[in-house]
Amino acid sequence: MAEKFGCYICSGCGIGDAVDVEGLAGIATKEGKAAVGKTHACLCNEEGIALITGDISGEGLDGIVIAACSSRAKVQEFTFETPVFVERVNLREHVAWCHTPGDEDTQMLAEDNIRMGCVKTSKASLPDAYEPEEEFGKDIMVVGGGITGICSALDVAKAGYTAHLVEKEPALGGMVNKLHKLYPKSSPYQELQDTGIEDKIKEVEANSRVTIHIGTEVEKTEGSPGIFNVTLKNGDTFKVGAIVQATGFKPYDASKLENLGYGKSPDVITNLQMEEMAQRGSIVRPSDGKEAQSVAFIQCAGQRDKDHLAYCSSTCCMTSLKQALYLTEQNPEAEAYIFYKDMRTPAQYEDFYKRAQEETGIFLAKGDVNSISPNGGKITVEVNDTLLGEDIAVEVDLVVLATGMVPNSFPETLKTEYDPETKEDVPVQEDSGMYAEPALGLEYRQGPELPTLKYGFPDSHFICFPYETRRTGIYAAGCVRQPQDTAACADDAAGAALKAIQCVEQTAKGMAVHPRTWDKSFPELFMQRCTQCKRCTIECPFGVYNEDEKTNPLPNPTRCRRCGICMGACPERIISFKDYSVDIIGSMVKAIEVPEEDEEKPRILAFMCENDAYPALDTAGMNHIQYNPWVRVIPLRCLGSINLIWISDAMNKGFDGVLLIGCVHGDDYQCHYMKGSELAETRASKIAETLQRLMLEAERVEVHQLQIDEWNKVPQIFDDFMETLEPFGPNPMKDF
Amino acid sequence: MGSQKILVIGGGISGLTAAVEAAEVGYDVTLVEQTPYLGGRVTKMHSYFPKLCVPDCGLEINYRRIKMNPKVKIITQAEVENISGRPGDYEATVKVTPRMVNDNCTACGKCVEACPVEIPNEFNYGMDKCKAIYITNGMAFPQKYAINKEACDGCGKCKEVCEYNAIDLDMSEETLTIKAGGVVVATGWTPYEASNLDTLAFGKAPNVIANVMMERLAATDGPTQGKILRPSDSAEPKSIAFVQCAGSRDQNHLPYCSGVCCMGSLKQITYVKEQYPDAQISMFYIDIRAMGYLEDFLVKVQEMENVSLIKGKVAKITEVANGNLKLEVEDIAQGNKISPEVDLVVLATGLVPSKVPGDINYDEYGFVAPDNIGIVGAGCAKKPTDVSNSVMDATGATIKAIQSVVGGGA
Repeated sequence: MAEKFGCYICSGCGIGDAVDVEGLAGIATKEGKAAVGKTHACLCNEEGIALITGDISGEGLDGIVIAACSSRAKVQEFTFETPVFVERVNLREHVAWCHTPGDEDTQMLAEDNIRMGCVKTSKASLPDAYEPEEEFGKDIMVVGGGITGICSALDVAKAGYTAHLVEKEPALGGMVNKLHKLYPKSSPYQELQDTGIEDKIKEVEANSRVTIHIGTEVEKTEGSPGIFNVTLKNGDTFKVGAIVQATGFKPYDASKLENLGYGKSPDVITNLQMEEMAQRGSIVRPSDGKEAQSVAFIQCAGQRDKDHLAYCSSTCCMTSLKQALYLTEQNPEAEAYIFYKDMRTPAQYEDFYKRAQEETGIFLAKGDVNSISPNGGKITVEVNDTLLGEDIAVEVDLVVLATGMVPNSFPETLKTEYDPETKEDVPVQEDSGMYAEPALGLEYRQGPELPTLKYGFPDSHFICFPYETRRTGIYAAGCVRQPQDTAACADDAAGAALKAIQCVEQTAKGMAVHPRTWDKSFPELFMQRCTQCKRCTIECPFGVYNEDEKTNPLPNPTRCRRCGICMGACPERIISFKDYSVDIIGSMVKAIEVPEEDEEKPRILAFMCENDAYPALDTAGMNHIQYNPWVRVIPLRCLGSINLIWISDAMNKGFDGVLLIGCVHGDDYQCHYMKGSELAETRASKIAETLQRLMLEAERVEVHQLQIDEWNKVPQIFDDFMETLEPFGPNPMKDF
Repeated sequence: MGSQKILVIGGGISGLTAAVEAAEVGYDVTLVEQTPYLGGRVTKMHSYFPKLCVPDCGLEINYRRIKMNPKVKIITQAEVENISGRPGDYEATVKVTPRMVNDNCTACGKCVEACPVEIPNEFNYGMDKCKAIYITNGMAFPQKYAINKEACDGCGKCKEVCEYNAIDLDMSEETLTIKAGGVVVATGWTPYEASNLDTLAFGKAPNVIANVMMERLAATDGPTQGKILRPSDSAEPKSIAFVQCAGSRDQNHLPYCSGVCCMGSLKQITYVKEQYPDAQISMFYIDIRAMGYLEDFLVKVQEMENVSLIKGKVAKITEVANGNLKLEVEDIAQGNKISPEVDLVVLATGLVPSKVPGDINYDEYGFVAPDNIGIVGAGCAKKPTDVSNSVMDATGATIKAIQSVVGGGA
């Protein structure tokens, strides 16, 4: 808690024209209990900063309230060398630029913002970094010794860190061991190249910073980032700070592709079987061992197909072109037919496609396969050639099905869990840590594996932040994350390795990883009041909380992303951060002055996500869009940190309505904490009961989703809400 | 003597990612960006496929990470003139064009009201006007104005109204020498010049636009405040044709596939459908390249009403009455020629890599070759690719640059 803080009010950028800044200084010192309350014409200039730093040393201030522009502006200017708690009160974008200058309502809005800033500063303190009992480790574990895992371990090592590489097979190399050649990975994209896997294996074996564990798997992983304690099935144990999961893929089960002739003849094979055959020496018909003179490649075999794999495996077009070249290189007279839906050879790979098109023995046709059937030693492939619009049939020696990739995280058998509500076993959700195949054995209450999204890939589904998973410090890479080729796997391996070494460095400094990478605060629990209700353990999207045998929550602070969702979930309000707590926000709500009913000045409280909704409101200000001055805004780290007590507080205080504005949720969620905005909405749906108890209408609380570019919609949301509240009249609690 | 610092060239999504990721490992980073603002090409996009989420959302997080991290030093309006050296020890010569607005700027906006010079707004591909002193949009970072030196007539009116002494019209060009142990080249791309496609009428018929322009038409802060209207008469388009591979996969233009245009057009179809559910939309393509689980998005668009995806090559576009366009298309599936007439044509133009002079290997198209050590390419400087893969790639490039600093990269 700030013992002695100052409040500095800027009159620049039109603030002084819009509001009485001296009056605000008076509010800060009298009501806000600020030791110092000063105004300045341009707080962010040298003179303004000197005024503040002078007081920090002269007056011994440990808290500073800057009432000026948005917290998103002039960040460096308002960062002080002396450790002080700094709170920004937005008088510019949220007051002066979007409300009538000199108006009574504008002044009241500014005053409330000052009151909130002061009470927050008086209650918050600078967090100290979390320090565990055991020392932080900076080694990295890489699970999976295929090309991605090898590259990742090498990248970790070359960056100066130590890696443990775990591979369940008796040898490294994974799926690439089975490949004959690779398609070209660099200009001019003409010639096939060796896989180079032996050299890669030798390189990683020779690197003194990599410890290789082959022929074993991870038995269990206890702890959390910086302090993961790993036990392998062979009994080896070691400590690591972060983990890369590169467990690869399995080919789609071709026995499900009977419609494409698989199983009907030994001469219908998969693309992977083709690789293994080429590696053995020659392309032959498995049925009689004779050299294949003609081969049909069937693209998207069990892919882009809702009955099999709905997605595209990204690499099969290039692979079939490559395999067609195996054939024509073996025998220039041989014929390869490639039947495709779309040829997908993106970027510079187009050059390789062109090279294959120029090959005399390679025929490409866009077509839908009607049937594939053995026909007296040959295989007849009937295709509807969609370009010529007619059915064609070719007789070939060999058919290669371009089957796709299934991530190894995809479960062999769908697991179930007991649902206490229906008293039945129900299938576990894909985004549950219980869903995926064993790889990490995490000792997490929320399950032993990375949660997955669609199709069993443990991908984040974030476009801007592809390495975010719901388990802090664990990063998926390679074909387990998304279907990709070896060149992309190597790049992906490097990316995941970077995130892993970054995590151990950030963790050792007591800081969070993405997105709040500057944040040292962590949740502290007042356990005496815990009722073991499990809300925190269930709702935390990152699995921070384990449980002891009495089902008490056991926080693992280095797993924490500092969103505050647990704090919002806790009905006993026992979870706090040093600078963000139920009491701090509740006190801000209570500090707002709600006019009595006869003043006819309604009040609305808007809790806004600080990542998207709050910047949207700033942009509305920058565009000088005018909106309702009766709204008071409190930013939250994530809307998911909303505690329902704040809504009760607001209602008891006499607010006429409460708005919750957060990020888009659903399949295409945008919440930076994955689940926050959705959880907030679920939580708010249960507020009706509380409102009834207070004899208030359920409509007084509304939840909205707002994208960061929807700043133009903000005034409408406020106005519409006012209209909704109109028939209910003022909150009867006002005058109490 | 080697350097412990990392230099990132280019402040778009790839460079921004590389810079902040390296700084959060603990390295000092210098990020040089050619324009006055970070964010690059993605700041001009309305949304990302497949989630249709807003670029500013992720940029905001990255900007915040940068603002809170003293290890990132940003130099805008900085162009790398040469880079030389070896892993662990590089030297870049960087020319910095004067912004003529200093750090005192509060972005209050008084100067814009005062500036008498109006110019075509480059941020919106010339589809509207801005002043010679400008900020690109509300989310622009760094949040301070810049003066377009070529356009400014030096009248000084902005200086007169600025209360914060933020305008410095005498600011002069500087040349800096920056040392670094590892370098990430994330110089991104420019759209292929559509007027080179002489049969497709771009630049002649106003209602033939490029895909990048469509992004601005759909953007809230774009020239039409997000309403998709055709340029000639601001009418609501009722029929729209998307022309794929406009220059890409074409020996006479860009022989390679630009990697993102199929998804880009499918995404833009959803923009149109949201505003005009009854609009007739056709997309002419060679192959639809929706890799991985982007396939789901293709399926979603295929299922929309009044959307036809036609395998065919558009040979010619001619302007007819009312600013409408007549297309000559070889419909490959039906084996005949068709000539539909539409209100608006969107050319899916491709990505051209931006190069930096110096000791860097490029492929024949100007993309940074994968065999560079110490100076590594990231994102679209390396290959034409989407945002997610650019970010992935930039994150990986970061560890390669770190390896160059610590001497493990060779």
